[in-house]
Amino acid sequence: MMFRMIMRRLGIGVVTLWVVSLLMFAGTEILPGDVAEIMLGQEATPESLAALRGKLGLDKPAALRYLEWLGDMATFDLGLSLAGHSGTGGGGATIEVLIGARLQNTLLLSSIVAAISVPLSVTLGLLAAMFPTSLYDRTVTFTTLCLVAVPEFFIATMLVLILAVQLQWLPSIATMTDFESVWDMLRSLSLPILTLCFVLLAQMSRMTRAAVLNVMSSPYIEMAILKGVPRRRIILRHALFNAIGPIVNIIALNLAYLVSGVVIVEVIFAFPGLAKLMVDGVQVRDMPLVQACGMIFCATYVVLILISDIASIVSNPRLRHPK
Amino acid sequence: MALLEVDDLHIEARSEQGEVLPIVKGVSFEVQRGEVMALIGESGSGKTTIALSSLGYTKPGLEFAGGEVRLDGRDVITMPSLERRDMRGRKVAYLAQSAAATFNPALTIGEQVTESAVLHGILNQEEANRRAEELYRTLELPDPDRLGRRYPHQVSGGQLQRLMAAMALCGKPDLLVLDEPTTALDVTTQIEVLKAFKRVIKEEGSAAIYVTHDLSVVAQIADHIVVLYAGEVQEMGTADDVISRPTHDYTRRLMAAVRPPPAAGQGDAASEEHLRDSPALETRKVNAGYGRKLDGSVAMKVLFDIDVSIERGQVVGVIGESGCGKSTLARVMAGLTPAFAGDVLLDGSRLAASVPERERDELRKVQFVFQMADTALNPKQRIDEIIGRPIEFYLGLKGEAKRKRVLDLLDMVELPYEFAGRYPEELSGGQKQRVNLARALAADPEVLLCDEVTSALDTIVGANVIQLLRSLKDRTGVSFVFISHDLSTVASFADEIVVLYAGRVVEKGPVDEVLSPPFHPYTRLLISSVPELRVGWMEEMLATSTAQAGIDRVVQITEVGCPYYDRCPLAVPGTCNEHTAPERRIAERHFIECHREIEELVRFSHN
Amino acid sequence: MTESVAKVAAPGTVVGTQFEELPDAPPKRKLKFTPVGKVAISIVCFWLVIVVIGPWISPYHEADLIADDSFTPSGEYCSEWEEGMCSFHVLGTDYLGRDVLSRIIYGARTTIGVSFAATVLAYIIGVIFGIAAAVGGSKLDMGLSRVNDAFISIPHIMMGLVIIAAVGSTIPILIVTAGCIYATTVFRISRALALDVMVSDFVESARARGEGLWWIIRREILPNIAMPLATDFGLRLVFIILFISSLSFLGLGVQPPDSDWGSMVKENLQGLVYGSLSPIAPAIAIATLTISINLIVDDVSAHAGGRLAKRML
Repeated sequence: MMFRMIMRRLGIGVVTLWVVSLLMFAGTEILPGDVAEIMLGQEATPESLAALRGKLGLDKPAALRYLEWLGDMATFDLGLSLAGHSGTGGGGATIEVLIGARLQNTLLLSSIVAAISVPLSVTLGLLAAMFPTSLYDRTVTFTTLCLVAVPEFFIATMLVLILAVQLQWLPSIATMTDFESVWDMLRSLSLPILTLCFVLLAQMSRMTRAAVLNVMSSPYIEMAILKGVPRRRIILRHALFNAIGPIVNIIALNLAYLVSGVVIVEVIFAFPGLAKLMVDGVQVRDMPLVQACGMIFCATYVVLILISDIASIVSNPRLRHPK
Repeated sequence: MALLEVDDLHIEARSEQGEVLPIVKGVSFEVQRGEVMALIGESGSGKTTIALSSLGYTKPGLEFAGGEVRLDGRDVITMPSLERRDMRGRKVAYLAQSAAATFNPALTIGEQVTESAVLHGILNQEEANRRAEELYRTLELPDPDRLGRRYPHQVSGGQLQRLMAAMALCGKPDLLVLDEPTTALDVTTQIEVLKAFKRVIKEEGSAAIYVTHDLSVVAQIADHIVVLYAGEVQEMGTADDVISRPTHDYTRRLMAAVRPPPAAGQGDAASEEHLRDSPALETRKVNAGYGRKLDGSVAMKVLFDIDVSIERGQVVGVIGESGCGKSTLARVMAGLTPAFAGDVLLDGSRLAASVPERERDELRKVQFVFQMADTALNPKQRIDEIIGRPIEFYLGLKGEAKRKRVLDLLDMVELPYEFAGRYPEELSGGQKQRVNLARALAADPEVLLCDEVTSALDTIVGANVIQLLRSLKDRTGVSFVFISHDLSTVASFADEIVVLYAGRVVEKGPVDEVLSPPFHPYTRLLISSVPELRVGWMEEMLATSTAQAGIDRVVQITEVGCPYYDRCPLAVPGTCNEHTAPERRIAERHFIECHREIEELVRFSHN
Repeated sequence: MTESVAKVAAPGTVVGTQFEELPDAPPKRKLKFTPVGKVAISIVCFWLVIVVIGPWISPYHEADLIADDSFTPSGEYCSEWEEGMCSFHVLGTDYLGRDVLSRIIYGARTTIGVSFAATVLAYIIGVIFGIAAAVGGSKLDMGLSRVNDAFISIPHIMMGLVIIAAVGSTIPILIVTAGCIYATTVFRISRALALDVMVSDFVESARARGEGLWWIIRREILPNIAMPLATDFGLRLVFIILFISSLSFLGLGVQPPDSDWGSMVKENLQGLVYGSLSPIAPAIAIATLTISINLIVDDVSAHAGGRLAKRML
């Protein structure tokens, strides 16, 4: 039963990825003109256009090009970047080269953020749920409500204002070169990390609190109270055991959210990550680059959502212990 | 000194805006060691709230506002919370109404049963496990050695209910609080659970508070009774006194509303004149089910070859346990669940299988009344809109004519005119059910399909609705299909009875004949499972072979053989489980589907 | 009980005199806002007023280059080059010497207007398809839901980036993009709400009566899903404001010379170093609006869903 459900969910994940790739590919197709025209711009002559189209394979039918593109994506042969945009040193560089180092940077940033915010926010949310309507709970609820309602760049701007401009503790730009030590690197990354942590903390602790409270209002918790079970055991054994599924779900969802959160943060702090590369690509309409970055982000997102769904299937006792 | 003394207890509900609503208004009573005290009342009487106060607990939103609840001389309301925690599970244990919701789905049964005893240091884990096993045996639960390692969703509802008793008793408490522990169960399961409770309470020698609305259950189990209404004690005394010699008005009304056990001699036989006409509604070889497999066949068959006919002006009661297909039958008649084989006939002419294919006038003649008035009325529509719509839709009346008709209908269901302007949430359960009926009557129907219309109502309110149905039948000449799991309700209102089991008609005929021998073995079980308002009934009933074979089993739908095979005391292996039972004609309109000869059934019915 | 009732009551019926049937539930509470909620309402109203009358009360036009110096602090500014060229700026000037207050006032129109239009669009698309999926039978539901699942599993901002990369950024495109992207969530919510109502006994009863689908949607479903959808509209509006501001912040949303809160933060980011209010004021403007809407939604849903259990042990 459980196996069947997981396989089904995996199947849906594959279909979703396929649809995403279709959409990404369709993105180029709706462009007025084609990639060759954009690359050649003003200098285009019918002959040079035809030649470039032939070289890029643009004269083939769309369906065929889609299949080739899909094959390239699957084998990480990501093709050529089009335009020469700032920081990437001229057109024609292969996308793998452009992406390589940047992907590492983004991964590094995300994993530090996840490592800090996941344990912290689960604890915060759990504590808030343990003492509902206490001053602590109300403070957490109100603060997190405010934090989730504001854009990431608001938090980033405020942090820069306070920590970089007023107090001058931290740099307002996050570079990834010339580090003398790990400490140096962390210092350089601290503002982007802090910003993302704030956002994730707010969301995750709110959701954790709600998930635990939801469990706490169920009749079996009331029963445990009436059995004289101490509060700590009620939370840790009776409630948490049932809330683990939802909490894992929440963590995966929020890590998926991180995928879009990095976009803003990388731009603000001029962080040389994948998202910054993609935004630069969008600005100069470098579609192959945008497609490649988009696919990487979407695939990560889809996989994380998939993990969250599978987590909730696996954590369901009814499915774990079939009749 | 009494074990529990409740002294002038007051409990209030406080809303966000600070409005105070008294729930319990000065209740006092005592429970002696070893005795079972029943708290009887209908919804809103405060019975559960009072019972919970003996654990020093109130539901969220409620608070203690005065009085004392002394357990062993200590006031549980004012005692320090650590002491209260220690007292819960050690001295008092609680059994909730729905075991399915009160067992933690993520923990094993064993851990939950022994948890309280171990935590309080009454027993160590090993002793507790042994005690739990003993209790499983006493409660006649299957597979007691391994039961503790299973999870709650792996056992049946009736078993969970008994497991809850094991959970409560494991720490050997002085007082058990049982909150409607059998209300949600089918009649046959209810008896089994009740029996187990009674036995275990007796063996353990604990005192108990038994909360219920059902007088006949009380008669089986209680020593003393407290009758509650709106948070006040109306009457209290020994079970025998209160049941046989009620002094208070409210108790008398409760007693009057309890339907007498089903017996022959009720119902109107269809007259000759009726039988010459074609029946008002008829099903022929109806087969129905839910879901479709890939090859187009039905995934879950629910009804098999159902033949039922409803004569003009008659009430046909359909009875059976949950899962027998009785609601599906009504839905097939209404066209909500199309039959995949067989016909439904209205006035002798064939109806299309589904609603969209039927003519509007055909739809008008067959009206469906849903079980839960709470959910059957759109909360966003006023009562006059709800009742007015069928009038406009079927009869084309508008404006003043429609309004007049709405008021007539309110009259008919005995509701005041000013209800026309109200919304459903402003009405009580019984009033909503009346509106629900009025909407069906608004279509000026020939047949009313009533699906468990009194099951969700309190005893007195339900009795009033039946009374109303009876007068409607006399005044309007409408025919009824009356579906219920409660045989005494059906017997008190129906002219003919159809007994459904696992999607098949096992017996049908006039009330008189169905309720007198010869019986189908299943009918016999149903009749004997209805609790009677007298002490000692349960023991007698449980001694019968019918009960021993048939009680506490789940209905299983089988395509081959007689579906009742695994519960039947007369089952013939090799025949009953392999061949479809023949239909035996007992009298003009009385049929039994059974492999046994009529003579054998007669003999069985009399012993 | 009216007299007519007493008359028709059959003998022996116990139409209540002394022991009335007790009411099912306490009477419905009226929606009351907490003090915080009231403050939030006044803030939202304030911004709505600004949206309507903004151009008439704004000290300058949004595009006017008033001061010839960038990032001037709050207060009066007099030109260093031209004698007697003085102007007063409550929030100082931006990187081009434009009045920040005026740009915020004008920006309110763009930010709130565009977001509101996108939310309405998201609702029109989402609710129509959501209800269609709920009432249209399992095949239509399966089809629509699968497509929606695929769309919903692309991060919103990615989808926005790809679309804008492909077709560029103008205000109509922004509205349509945000509307379509968020229609996926609205679809999911309205489908779930409508499905809940669809399986209720009162819809079943209407179907048994032979009512058409359109009548059922109009009279049974819509009145019952209107209130939860209205609450969700507030939340969705917040998300769309954040989405559009973020795009603008990336320089891919509202394009100059139109002013918009998100792009104002972006344009003036260097001003932070000089302690200019120009990047901070628009950021605070967004925060006040979105936090207030969230607080109102919180109050309303707390009323609808009931407050949490106060005590536990």
